[in-house]
Amino acid sequence: MATESGISTQLRGRSTDLDPETGLAVDAALAGLDALDIPTVQRRPLAARAWAATWPKIGALALFLLLWQVVVWSGWKPTYVLPGPGKALSEFGSRLGTNHFWDALARTLVRALEGYALAVVIGVVVGVAVSRSAVLRTAVGSFITALQTMPSIVWFPLAILLFKLSESAILFVVVLGAAPSVANGVIYGVDYVPPLLVRVGRSMGARGFSLYRYVVAPAALPSVLAGLKQGWAFCWRSLMAGELLVIVPGHPSVGADLQNSRELLDTVGVMASMITIFVVGVLVDTAFNIADQRMRVRRGLVAEGTSAVRAARGGRGRGMAGGGVDPVGGSGDGTVPHQPVDGGAGGADGGHAGGAG
Amino acid sequence: MTAVRSDTAVRIDGVSRFFGAGAARVQALDNVSLDVRSGEFLCLLGASGCGKSTLLGLIAGLDAPSAGTVDTTGRRAGMMFQDSALLPWLTAGGNIEVPLRLRGIRRGERRERVERLLAMVRLAGLADKRPHELSGGMRQRVSLARAFAQEADILCMDEPFGALDAMTRDLLHDELERIWRETGVTVIFVTHDVREAVRLGDRIVLLSSRPGRVAEIFDVDIERPRRIDSARVAELATTVTTRLREEVGRHGH
Repeated sequence: MATESGISTQLRGRSTDLDPETGLAVDAALAGLDALDIPTVQRRPLAARAWAATWPKIGALALFLLLWQVVVWSGWKPTYVLPGPGKALSEFGSRLGTNHFWDALARTLVRALEGYALAVVIGVVVGVAVSRSAVLRTAVGSFITALQTMPSIVWFPLAILLFKLSESAILFVVVLGAAPSVANGVIYGVDYVPPLLVRVGRSMGARGFSLYRYVVAPAALPSVLAGLKQGWAFCWRSLMAGELLVIVPGHPSVGADLQNSRELLDTVGVMASMITIFVVGVLVDTAFNIADQRMRVRRGLVAEGTSAVRAARGGRGRGMAGGGVDPVGGSGDGTVPHQPVDGGAGGADGGHAGGAG
Repeated sequence: MTAVRSDTAVRIDGVSRFFGAGAARVQALDNVSLDVRSGEFLCLLGASGCGKSTLLGLIAGLDAPSAGTVDTTGRRAGMMFQDSALLPWLTAGGNIEVPLRLRGIRRGERRERVERLLAMVRLAGLADKRPHELSGGMRQRVSLARAFAQEADILCMDEPFGALDAMTRDLLHDELERIWRETGVTVIFVTHDVREAVRLGDRIVLLSSRPGRVAEIFDVDIERPRRIDSARVAELATTVTTRLREEVGRHGH
């Protein structure tokens, strides 16, 4: 184990002083103990980790495509209504070569990023304000969660009346959809900062802003990150609902394409658009997961590629040896509170949109 | 606040501390008066509920007394906790650096000081390790280095070795004694382990429980370095334990 031998080499280069009574070297004993105590982390080679992270995904995807194909083969619906995965994927593939596809995707992504950025700013400001002020918390704390559980589709009639069929109408709903999740992530993150760490910060002389900077903000990060991730999901859902309803003339988008294909009874086109939406979702989720995983590895909550729960169960002999997991860090960071998630908003979005079109 | 160095590091005068209000009011400390000498190793000993951690929080300036005064005579107090309480998102060096950053010390000098402090606790070269990569004893030494990074003249230690195994604790006693000797820092060490108090302290302040009062002060006239398993330590520990049991026994009725 590279880590262990590295540390014991560093420990050996010390001067010795002897225990006056026993004549034993105190620091030799200390060095020995350090070398024995140090938790050992076994790292598997990169290729093995990459494979372990990839094959279940490929397997799941293959299984899904197979089931789809089986349903098509069964003749449940005529193939012009339900085409097989081969047709849908090849349509998706051929679209990749067109300018229209990339223009539409770019428009959609710009809308998503603008809305998300605005939602993050508003969410963080509101979250910090509410977490600091008891009055604000009583006043708007539960409204934030109520807002979060409202299906974003119900905002569109108002948005269209206020802003007409415009970019502003979409932005309005996207921000309303995403900001509450971000705000809740910040509020929960601050609420769950371990009091001991705040005491530590204060004992080191941190007050006010510096306490936030050095202790509260980094301690709240896991929950904030969870809020950002959920905020993105709401942002993306709201945007898709919006693009189906609010079609701005001359502004191609992924949602507009989808609606267009539906009106032309082009199921292959509908599926190709949905594949686009799915792929974007997977890519963004992967980015969030990498950030989350990095943070957990740095904080010792997880030993590379596995969850803390699995490491604690001793799964495959990986994880820490000898009390490696800091109880403070563990309880402090591990507590990522579950935020209220709206059960049916996503499905409702899709359903309403389909009906309204 | 006086800049003049007196022989007294901390003056605790008639300190009481209440928590809560009305019928739920709890008195943690009752009229505690105590002088801590400069450079002294003072152990605060008591059973549960004697308010020893409360008293330490008052000295470290984390809390204010309900009555009486705590005067640290212009000295700065650093604090060390039972759980190493290292910030888990920072490396060992990063943790030691926080108090330096809070005081606006420049980067180059910070790095130098971190290395010096790590060497002091015999962890030279381990600045980049993260807390979870270190053993419990090593984490406590990082925590000790971090307390010293506050340039504390008074080191408040709240059962710092309570969660460690006996062998590690034994070695850390030696280490703490060495660092105390080398730096001349005033140590106020809270513990409920009588032998540990006798092993380390110049004086032992025995606190009674609910509310905390000074029950008795023992002078430890055993020459240093001491060993926790020596006969003289065991002898005084027996005396102190007997007295502690008397105090605890008064709550059984």
